Amino acid sequence: MIDWKKILVPVAAVVVLLLLWELLVWAMGWPDYKMASPSDLWPAFLRYQHLFWQYGWQTLWRTVVGLGVAVVFGTLLGMVMGLSKTMNDALYPLLVGFNAIPKATVVPVIALMFVGQHDFNTILMAFMISFFPIAVSVAIGLSTLEPEYRDILRSLGASRMTVFWKIALPKTLPEFFGALKVAVTLAFIGTNLVEIITPHGRGLGHLFQSAQTNSDFPLMFAVLIALAALGIMLYYAIVALERIFAGWAVRPGH
Amino acid sequence: MDNLIDIKGVTHAYKTKAGPFPVLRDLNISIPQHSFCAVVGPSGCGKSTLTRLIAGLMFPDQGEVWLHGELVKSPRKTVGMAFQNPVLLEWRTILQNVILPLEIVAPMMPKAQKEARARELLAMVGLEGFEGKRPSELSGGMRQRASLCRALVHKPDIIILDEPFGALDAFTREDLWQTMHQLRANEPFTALLITHDLRESVYLGDQVVVLSGRPATTQYVMSVDIPGPRPLEMLYEPDTVERLAVLRREIQIAQGRAVA
Repeated sequence: MIDWKKILVPVAAVVVLLLLWELLVWAMGWPDYKMASPSDLWPAFLRYQHLFWQYGWQTLWRTVVGLGVAVVFGTLLGMVMGLSKTMNDALYPLLVGFNAIPKATVVPVIALMFVGQHDFNTILMAFMISFFPIAVSVAIGLSTLEPEYRDILRSLGASRMTVFWKIALPKTLPEFFGALKVAVTLAFIGTNLVEIITPHGRGLGHLFQSAQTNSDFPLMFAVLIALAALGIMLYYAIVALERIFAGWAVRPGH
Repeated sequence: MDNLIDIKGVTHAYKTKAGPFPVLRDLNISIPQHSFCAVVGPSGCGKSTLTRLIAGLMFPDQGEVWLHGELVKSPRKTVGMAFQNPVLLEWRTILQNVILPLEIVAPMMPKAQKEARARELLAMVGLEGFEGKRPSELSGGMRQRASLCRALVHKPDIIILDEPFGALDAFTREDLWQTMHQLRANEPFTALLITHDLRESVYLGDQVVVLSGRPATTQYVMSVDIPGPRPLEMLYEPDTVERLAVLRREIQIAQGRAVA
């Protein structure tokens, strides 16, 4: 059963936005180098279509791998912090400090540390920028578990691990997916940051770079739109996973 | 007499930065098998501590908790618990929620058998037809009924009820009181009920224990020797009114507002 309204409304919103954009550029008489219009983007996309697919794929898989590592690491870190008060006190300031470092400044550092390891560098950055919200949400989810939930199982002699698997983990899933939605966009930013800052000829970030070098403004804008489209795709992939694993948290009517 | 639970001279204090914080002092409670013990007392007098001691989730500084002739040294599989908050798991159906203790206590039991047992209890409390619903689809009273089923599903020696009816409206609460009597008639169990409601304590309890203010000690024990299931009209009989007056006074003494 497909709810057409649910699909048509957002599509209509995109069309309206594109029309307004086109109209604005036309009314202001802006040249391409100031602001390309949507009608210029399509030809730019068609001309370099094969590059879009190739680079888009590179950006996509490196983001997803980086995010995957962030999910595993962030969840483990969140578990450690959520289940042990001491570890929470010890790790929180470190984590906040690490997160506060602008990641653009880290790019040259890791580029030097792992010279030529472009895929690795990119995945590392996607991971570093995105694990924080996951760790924090899992930690908060676990540490705020009401004691009664624990007691019903502990009083039956259940181990800490059983309580974790049967109650704490599933109960944390809604918060986890909330964080994952933030993390997926962050991972995406991380990937592109590396692709744009370190010249290694891969990913949509690189396509953006070469468009800039060649003053191909419609292509630059087309890349931005492609990035936005990829971002939306990834986001809704997470939403689909959320429906499957934490659909119970969605009350009917919302 | 053969008691299922014997709490003997239990004294307990929490350790705080400002030094020990005594909550229980020389507390004694005995509950015979298949009898229902209601515990009342001023708020914050350590009633919830008592439930955790019986469940084996905590151990007293002094004194002993005996369950079924054994000293309680660790959590036991033979306890069922229900709280003011029904704490049902939102990602499970009502049926799956009720089954939960069986998954811990009897992991080898066939699924069909677990489900049959849960269905039987749900039918007893009037939740037939709601097995497949999520907790969020049920009213507060119905959730509490499901929570009672979960406390009973593994046929525990004792169920510990920590104000399970406290957050319900007056009519729903009376319904659930009657449900408790029906459940006891269908399959006898031993219960310890923590409550703030004197009417509830007299209607449900075979004995009512009044605890003193903190640190709590056994101040008064009233025996309510009326066989169950008791009709709701019992609440309006002169006998009951008299009992309530006595309990009321004991609570005032416990609160320090009246002198013994």
